[in-house]
Amino acid sequence: MPEDQSIAIDVRDAVKRYGDFTALKTISLSILDNEFFTLLGPSGCGKTTLLRMVAGFEDVTEGEIYLYGEEIKNLPPHQRPVNTVFQNYALFPHMTVLDNVAFGLEMRGRSKAQARSRAGEMLELVQLSQFSNRKPSQLSGGQQQRVALARALAPQPKALLLDEPLSALDQKLRKAMQLELKHLQRETGITFVFVTHDQEEALTMSDRIAVMSEGELQQLGAPRDIYEHPHNMFVADFIGETNLLEVSVDTIANGRATCHLGGGHELTCNQVDGIAVGAKVHMSVRPERLFISDDPAEGESLKGRVQENIFAGTDITTIINLADGPNFTVRTSNSNRGNKRIFEPGNEVFVNMELGAARLLVD
Amino acid sequence: MAAQAESGGATTDTYKEARTWLLMPAWLVLLVLSLAPVSMILIYSFLTKEFRGGVIWEFSLASYDQFFFDRGLFGDEAPQIEWTYITIFWRSIWQAGAATILSLIIGFPTAYFIATRSEKVRPIWVFLVTIPYWVNLLIRTVSMKFLLRDQGPLNDFLLSIGLIDSPIHIVNTNFAVQLGLFYSYLPFMVLPIYASVERYNFALSEAAADLYATKWVTLRRILLPAVKPGVIAGCILVFVPSLGSFLAPDLLGGAKNFMIGSLIEEQFKGNAGNWPFGAAASMILLTMVLIILIVFARRQAKAEKREG
Repeated sequence: MPEDQSIAIDVRDAVKRYGDFTALKTISLSILDNEFFTLLGPSGCGKTTLLRMVAGFEDVTEGEIYLYGEEIKNLPPHQRPVNTVFQNYALFPHMTVLDNVAFGLEMRGRSKAQARSRAGEMLELVQLSQFSNRKPSQLSGGQQQRVALARALAPQPKALLLDEPLSALDQKLRKAMQLELKHLQRETGITFVFVTHDQEEALTMSDRIAVMSEGELQQLGAPRDIYEHPHNMFVADFIGETNLLEVSVDTIANGRATCHLGGGHELTCNQVDGIAVGAKVHMSVRPERLFISDDPAEGESLKGRVQENIFAGTDITTIINLADGPNFTVRTSNSNRGNKRIFEPGNEVFVNMELGAARLLVD
Repeated sequence: MAAQAESGGATTDTYKEARTWLLMPAWLVLLVLSLAPVSMILIYSFLTKEFRGGVIWEFSLASYDQFFFDRGLFGDEAPQIEWTYITIFWRSIWQAGAATILSLIIGFPTAYFIATRSEKVRPIWVFLVTIPYWVNLLIRTVSMKFLLRDQGPLNDFLLSIGLIDSPIHIVNTNFAVQLGLFYSYLPFMVLPIYASVERYNFALSEAAADLYATKWVTLRRILLPAVKPGVIAGCILVFVPSLGSFLAPDLLGGAKNFMIGSLIEEQFKGNAGNWPFGAAASMILLTMVLIILIVFARRQAKAEKREG
């Protein structure tokens, strides 16, 4: 993202408490103009609370929230120029689809005719023009979702807040909507703040992701950055699949740390700040960064025995047991099948990886 | 499989039979407690009156004639429209309507308040609302008269805080009757509205606020349409019994604020009664209520069609 991009939503030291319970523990983050920003985390991590604080449905216990430089935490929801797509859409059941979409425009002072004509355009954008006069209950889940989107985008908000909008859709429709949402964000140029617990969804759609857990920000970065360089154990475990091992640091030299995996197996990783010889730390290595072979390759190699193969369509997952040591999960793509040998359970093999594929995590 | 299908067929028949029998109590209740009494009143309204109460089994239109027409003291003058009963009717509708509106104004916020409490305390609030109604209506209405009278606690209180210089006369006014009716039937307003507000999806209010609607607009355009069935049910449940009520008008209204319920009551009480006339007045009341409800339902359906 360009350096000079201005800040759309600036959350500064925001805290949210419900009585004794702290839902958000001092969160600060800046969401940039025209960005697809995702708040990602398991349920109860505070992501929805943060979104609702931006929308104005929850008040801010401590800290500030700025929208394009303007402090908004004391504005009631109806005075904040942001719109929300609700989890279960919250379409007005007694109004037609067109009136639903026109509602926000009317409230902003447009005449009924103007509001309706603009609402019609919005429905065209989400390809629902032919359903204008239906009631929401007469639409499918996917269509309702698009109405909710059109309704929230119609008043041209400064930011669009999306609270797990795809969670009620089935897998296939969800994939399609993910792309549609991303395209819509590009077309409209509106800042999207998207809340989800689905890491794959977050990786697919976002410009940047804030990973949250237990009311705290764990890591903020581009999807690739978060996937490849998780800061801590929570992020490594929550995003994607990984081999997570407890190891002890044997030696540290020349920016490398050699770690003991148990059972006499050793692996060299890049050194990270905050580790010392003898320390017990966690190591994460992604299954798709590992290769199985008859011979040890350049880089790092571990000797083991194939325990099980799991066929899953696009790829094969192989579980390899190191003698007296931990198990590794290796993912092999199913492309170019002809060139690849499938190792059967019981085969003695080497698990190979590039230096740096395995990362140490301080936690 | 075939055997199963057969037995399945048999079960369906059994269900049908069972359903017929199981529905019998409902039909019986409708027949014995609703249709039969109404039919009896209808028949009685066309009979001739017996002077010491009761009826003579002889067809007559005299009761209806008496209700609408004045033929002089001896019944030999040219018929003129008799305004006495029509006025009483009109006053009843007006009083019941005012009591209904009063109940709605107080009952709606009450119901909304209860429905927005936490799930644990809602039943307690509902319980509290109904507690006064465990006391007999007559006693409650008499107590109200004592509260409202010139030397009663209400006037004492208003005098003591200096809001008024002399007692306000509330008893024996239209307003006293409205207050009495309002108090008699308030729970019938609160409970149906509470039930529908409780089922209301409050995310809709959030969505409206999110789309720049003020609280007032949200109430008018989102909440009210959603809970309308509860509001209508509440209004009917207060309006209909208020219309035929006689305790509140008798005790709080005095002679000048006679309502249709008292008129009917008198026809059946003591020796001065006129059963056929009371039955006729009841039938006219019933017809009026039905007409009001039908007109209302029609307009409602039309409005909904227009919106859709």
